[in-house]
Amino acid sequence: MSPGVLTVYRWELRKLIALKRTYLGLFAAAAVPLAFTITLALRNGQPKDVPFGAYVHQSGLAIPLVLLTFASAFLLPLITALVAGDIVASEDQNGTLKTILTRSLQRGQIFFGKVLAALTYTLASMLALGGVAIIAGSMVSGFHSLTTLSGTTVSAGSGLGLVLASFAVYLIPLFTVALIGVMLSTITRNSAAAVVGTLVSVLLIELIGILPGLESLQPYLLTRQFDAWQGLLRQPIDWSPITHAVWVCALYSIPAVIAGYLVFLRRDVAGG
Amino acid sequence: MSETPVEARGLVKQYGRITAVDHVDLTVNHGDVYGFLGPNGAGKTTALRMMLGLIFPTDGTVRLFGRDPIAEGAAALEGVAGFVEAPRFYPYLTARKNMQMMAAYDGGDATSRVDEALGIVDLTGRADDKVGGYSHGMRQRLGIAAALLRQPRLLLLDEPATGLDPGGMRDMRALIRRLADDGMTVLLSSHLLAEVEELCDRVAIIRAGRIVYEGAIADLKATAKSAYRLRTSDNAKALEVCQAQAGIGAARIAGAEIRMEAKEPAIGELSVALIEAKLQITAIMPETATLEDLFFHLTEGSTPGELDFPATEASVVGEHR
Repeated sequence: MSPGVLTVYRWELRKLIALKRTYLGLFAAAAVPLAFTITLALRNGQPKDVPFGAYVHQSGLAIPLVLLTFASAFLLPLITALVAGDIVASEDQNGTLKTILTRSLQRGQIFFGKVLAALTYTLASMLALGGVAIIAGSMVSGFHSLTTLSGTTVSAGSGLGLVLASFAVYLIPLFTVALIGVMLSTITRNSAAAVVGTLVSVLLIELIGILPGLESLQPYLLTRQFDAWQGLLRQPIDWSPITHAVWVCALYSIPAVIAGYLVFLRRDVAGG
Repeated sequence: MSETPVEARGLVKQYGRITAVDHVDLTVNHGDVYGFLGPNGAGKTTALRMMLGLIFPTDGTVRLFGRDPIAEGAAALEGVAGFVEAPRFYPYLTARKNMQMMAAYDGGDATSRVDEALGIVDLTGRADDKVGGYSHGMRQRLGIAAALLRQPRLLLLDEPATGLDPGGMRDMRALIRRLADDGMTVLLSSHLLAEVEELCDRVAIIRAGRIVYEGAIADLKATAKSAYRLRTSDNAKALEVCQAQAGIGAARIAGAEIRMEAKEPAIGELSVALIEAKLQITAIMPETATLEDLFFHLTEGSTPGELDFPATEASVVGEHR
């Protein structure tokens, strides 16, 4: 059988599974909701000025949504950047890129196999955070009906569906962060620079959003799309922030993938 | 379509204003064990990287069995394997996992050859150890094993014995010899002259990015004029005899002996002349140019120590390129 993108993808996952640092990010993604839920169980307070913060003691399903608001700005982009920023650069630094480039795979196949692996890790970190938050939240506050942002109440089953869909929508900008990470990993050839660069990019975009005079740019900023999932929690569902997030994220993702791909295709591999 | 294993023409690689490889022409024929010689930094590894499609030439072309690794990428590496500099693997995976990964990336039935390849390089017993714990020599051998997975017709090896202990170097040479005897074409980049002289039939010598000689080692040696050292009971008188003798050139006293350039028949006639001049010949020793002598001459423009061989035709060709 001829090797292809899926061959690379499978082996990239095996390599990630064999690396200890892979578990560091997943551990953080699981530990944060656990610590948050334990704190909620021990203390009677609730997070203020956060969507669904008022309902964390009424329904365990509110807890993953509060955590999504908290984690979306920094924690999940950080975990994503740790792997996406490393996935090409580490191979360059360790000299293994030249090893795999002299086999029977085209450069493009290797690049897209790595992109898929970075996206899979992003999904895994999201599942770790969401899964632990839903289970721990339901154990502490119960699996009860959820009050939406419009003030209506939905059944626990529907609420769970909305929570899962919210996480899925949040994946759109998070995947974009991963693709920016892979691009920087390819261009910088340095893991630390790519990881930090990815985070700095996210922070800079956030910074642009609060600069006076640049308010008109806000709808087009990547970081503004982190909240698009909240459209699902309105009655009726407001799809406009979600469709907006899809095309805004595409504006960031597509150039990032093309740039990373072209650089990977035409680069000299002289390291290691 | 040309089926020549390696054909490089006018290969150039520039990094800014530095020319690492400068119009390199190189031809490796079927069955060659071809030495690619040069001092560190001469451009050997850069040239090999271009041959394997890892870096892009500034100018010129490379063909491996008639295919262009720059334009065709991995497709041009069919039947080709090897490594540049030290072979690199994933230290957190076992040797077997690394090999399985390489085999998966090669496709076909390469996976079924993993155990066989590990056996050829004597790593079967350590196959399930993580590569991070391997010695340099074991990694070099694993590099060969990974190359063999592809069942190559052409093996490109960059300094395969560098960093090995004497036993490891001997084993590596034996392995390369065995592969060559099995019909594999080998391009061996090295600065270990003894290794090249022992293994290779043909060589290219590169200096500062330019090929200064390409051809058979025997032909290279033949380009050097043969020299002799002579000791007699009276060197001063013997020098006069030498200078008067036809076929003897550049005769001069060097320490306790006379050094000269001459072909073997002229030496026979000289010995008769010396005896007729009532001189005792205490020693007459031929000085055959070694590959090392010629290498230093071609790459540094002079020879080390006391050896002083005249310029070879090859070097002249190189200089006027």
